[in-house]
Amino acid sequence: MKYSYFPGCSLETVAKSYDVSARITAEKLGVELAELEDWNCCGATAYFHIDEILAHTLCARNLAMAEKTGLDVVAPCSACYKNMLETSIQLKKDVDLREHINLALKEDGLEFSGTVRVRHLVDVFTDDVGLESIGKHTVNPLKGVRIAPYYGCQMLRPKMERENIESPEFLENLISATGAEAIDYPLKTSCCGGSLIATKNPIALAMVRNLLKCAADKGADLIATTCPLCQVNLECYQKQVNRKYGTEYAIPVLYFTQVLGLAFGIPGENLLLGKELSPPANFLKAFVKQA
Amino acid sequence: MAERHSFQKEVTDLMSSLEGNPIDVCIQCGTCSGSCPAVEYMDHSPRQIIAMIRAEMKEQVVNSDTIWCCSSCYNCTVRCPKDIKITKMMYALKRYCIWKHAYSKGAIGPAFSRRFVGIVVKTGKSYEPGLAPTFMFRYGMMGVIDNMMMGMSLLQKGRMAIVPKTVKRIENFRRVLNRIIPVGVKE
Repeated sequence: MKYSYFPGCSLETVAKSYDVSARITAEKLGVELAELEDWNCCGATAYFHIDEILAHTLCARNLAMAEKTGLDVVAPCSACYKNMLETSIQLKKDVDLREHINLALKEDGLEFSGTVRVRHLVDVFTDDVGLESIGKHTVNPLKGVRIAPYYGCQMLRPKMERENIESPEFLENLISATGAEAIDYPLKTSCCGGSLIATKNPIALAMVRNLLKCAADKGADLIATTCPLCQVNLECYQKQVNRKYGTEYAIPVLYFTQVLGLAFGIPGENLLLGKELSPPANFLKAFVKQA
Repeated sequence: MAERHSFQKEVTDLMSSLEGNPIDVCIQCGTCSGSCPAVEYMDHSPRQIIAMIRAEMKEQVVNSDTIWCCSSCYNCTVRCPKDIKITKMMYALKRYCIWKHAYSKGAIGPAFSRRFVGIVVKTGKSYEPGLAPTFMFRYGMMGVIDNMMMGMSLLQKGRMAIVPKTVKRIENFRRVLNRIIPVGVKE
């Protein structure tokens, strides 16, 4: 199994641990992630606030480069995934827009023809690799660890090509395959606040607080995420939430690939555990090499 | 004689025509408002915003804080029984307000988005520290301290880049964007 891998800007910096753990767990599962050559930013949400065609052009450049490889393009970040998927759908439908953007892409020797398939990394793990293989690679079952699967928004909406976007279960299944217990909590597909954490901080903190409360009330030891911004909001801002709401949340928030990695017996340091701003819970300390 | 389009037409024109329905099919059921995680912080709910656009209340919509409270979670979009792409409508309104330099007082969103795009146009990649000045001074003294501390902690953990990254074929990249909107890049 080989894919064209689009890490996205966050995975080079704030979500380095997602990048490292994605590559290492993928390799373990026999998945080859070949990084897309010279990719650019997906435009996040901000680009759509300024100009829609420009936003599509950014994604089209990446899609055109991915097409050259003949492989599915895989994004670990939900926002990158959503943007690339939207652009590929839009450009396939709207011939004028495609021609317009292809004229621009010529400046970089590229052309979007619409053959590339956009995938989220989770999707590759659940659908292509499969739960059976994940179970087989689990040498260190995470028995007794209660994990809250956190889907967030843009992996599912507006048009994740999955049947059940209101109450999906694929993350639960992935977590269960590692021997951990996937807990059920009502806010699993609710928003973390996204970039409101910068532009409307009090609103985003309230959303983060609701999520933490909901997961904590159901006894979560750990939240597993599939998106860099979700991870940052839920983890890095716990301290601010605690101060504002007089709470004492100390819930580790890890990428699902780090959870898988632990189950596969990969040392915590190789999964960049310990890069969190909140201290990891006691049960995780065994996996984290103290610096 | 000079004429103006209705505000409703302006908004409709800004939404992608090949997807979803125009807002005039809205039945005001309120599913969007009931699905919105930020609705309690908005001065008008998404349903009200649609009603206000249809009532040509341009000034009130443009000055409403609602659109800047939208986090693009797409709950409203996937649940709308009339298939109106409400998140896209929010994007359209954001663009409208940014172009017209008319938005609710104190909104950080416009400067944030403009800076973000400015950085990407220049380097091809996003750069968080470059975005910080658009918001870090807007939440009082405590906000400044919080943001500085956050930056330091992330830096310490190796989670923040000191120097912005740039795509390799940056000249080509800029020429591509210049083909879409010719702004200040030589042919």
